[in-house]
Amino acid sequence: MIALIRRLLVLFVRILVGARSEWRGCAPDPSRRIYFANHNSHIDTVAVMAALPWPVRRLTHPVAARDYWGTSALRRFIAEKCLRAVLIDRKPAPDSNPLEPLERLLEEGRSILIFPEGTRSATDEIAPFRSGIYRLACRFPDVDLVPIHLDNLQRILPKGSMLIVPITCTARFGKPLRVEPGEEKDSFLARARAAVIELADGGHTA
Amino acid sequence: MTSLFSIVLAAILGLLAVASAIGFILQRRATEPGSVATVQNLNARIRSWWIMVAVFGGAILLGDTATVILFAFLSFMALREFWTLTPSRRGDHLALFLSFFVVLPLHYVLLGTEWYGLFAIFIPVYAFLILPAVATLTGDVNEFLARSARVQWGLMLTVYSISHAPALLMLETGTPSALLLVYLVVVVQLSDVFQYVWGKLLGKHRFSPNISPSKTIEGLVGGGASAILVGTLLYRLTPFSPLQAAAISTVIVVAGFFGGFVLSAIKRDLNAKDWGYVIEGHGGVLDRLDSITFAAPLFFHIVRYWFTT
Repeated sequence: MIALIRRLLVLFVRILVGARSEWRGCAPDPSRRIYFANHNSHIDTVAVMAALPWPVRRLTHPVAARDYWGTSALRRFIAEKCLRAVLIDRKPAPDSNPLEPLERLLEEGRSILIFPEGTRSATDEIAPFRSGIYRLACRFPDVDLVPIHLDNLQRILPKGSMLIVPITCTARFGKPLRVEPGEEKDSFLARARAAVIELADGGHTA
Repeated sequence: MTSLFSIVLAAILGLLAVASAIGFILQRRATEPGSVATVQNLNARIRSWWIMVAVFGGAILLGDTATVILFAFLSFMALREFWTLTPSRRGDHLALFLSFFVVLPLHYVLLGTEWYGLFAIFIPVYAFLILPAVATLTGDVNEFLARSARVQWGLMLTVYSISHAPALLMLETGTPSALLLVYLVVVVQLSDVFQYVWGKLLGKHRFSPNISPSKTIEGLVGGGASAILVGTLLYRLTPFSPLQAAAISTVIVVAGFFGGFVLSAIKRDLNAKDWGYVIEGHGGVLDRLDSITFAAPLFFHIVRYWFTT
């Protein structure tokens, strides 16, 4: 039943926003990876999930904010059941490790999808990345981090609107990166953010 | 209608079978990378033609409602392709939402219920006034004139113009109106196909490298003339005499050419090669319907003015 709803959701998203994938820097592969993308709208998570081929999608868990996706039964259902999301605290209690559920998934050989900006940005600008992605990269130095750029989502469902405009969205997957030995946090975060920005051009050539 | 339509359909399927056979032979012969790519694209186009003929032919056979729904869906896809490439701002969001989910469906409902008076003015008058009015509510004046123009052009080209093809179904001319639609689509699309074939075989002189690098003068003249010839021979589908059919085919071909040309100019302006990706070998829906956007309204009004009873 859940599997059916899951598939219908993917189909619905495909019809509504296209949710195409464009593999530029790597090929789809079910091996464990950390996908990270720019964050503009509530559809981002579903759009990436719908763009992933099924063998990859079924082993990939998006990360969602508990303070939004955990607040009602419906949201919880969509996030946890339909999208296999893990909910984490954006403002964790001191001494707790909010990344713990993600680390557990990666240890099990599963992939995760994170939005390192931390929140949806209200413009096309990609906000500075928060440090979680660096900590994950250091903790799993042999896991590929795959940058994703989502275009048009800002225009499909902007922050503050409930109206979806069915413009086509493309998820562009870039060249995987890893943390270099001894690399500082700021330099890695800047590099990861640059990798997403680099994918931003539509690749249209006249 | 069914017997005439079956003959046309059989002829098209025969033509496609010949095209597929030629494509198969060319594929075996092509050796250098350049020609291999051309032949692969040709074969992708032919495969897509099979599907397009099946979808369009199937809708015609199912009847008027199915045909109108098919065109509503095509308009939706074309409008989406238009907005995927065209820039918009946050202040356009509501106008875009209304374009997709209010204006487009209402326009096709007016078409389906044959309310011609409102169908003819709903987008050019009411959408034209209401959508910019809605856009002012967000208070964003940045590029306001250009943004309003884009919203209106998107609707005019992809919804209003394209809908004039199925609008032929509401005309009483003494001949089955579905055949008029078949006639329009066959002449327009054959014109494109013949232009492509003549251009590939004989094309030397680029017509306008800035706008459409693949269009050649040889392709235009040869393709246009071939399509007009077929349009004349098909006069039995229509209420036209052979001479009238020749003249009207000429209008369709010339308008279709400019439709393709104007849509190409917009694509170049937006730095895109294709409108979309859904039709293998062709690009997007709008790449296939670009000629229809100009030919359909002209053909509709010619028939409506001179041939309705």
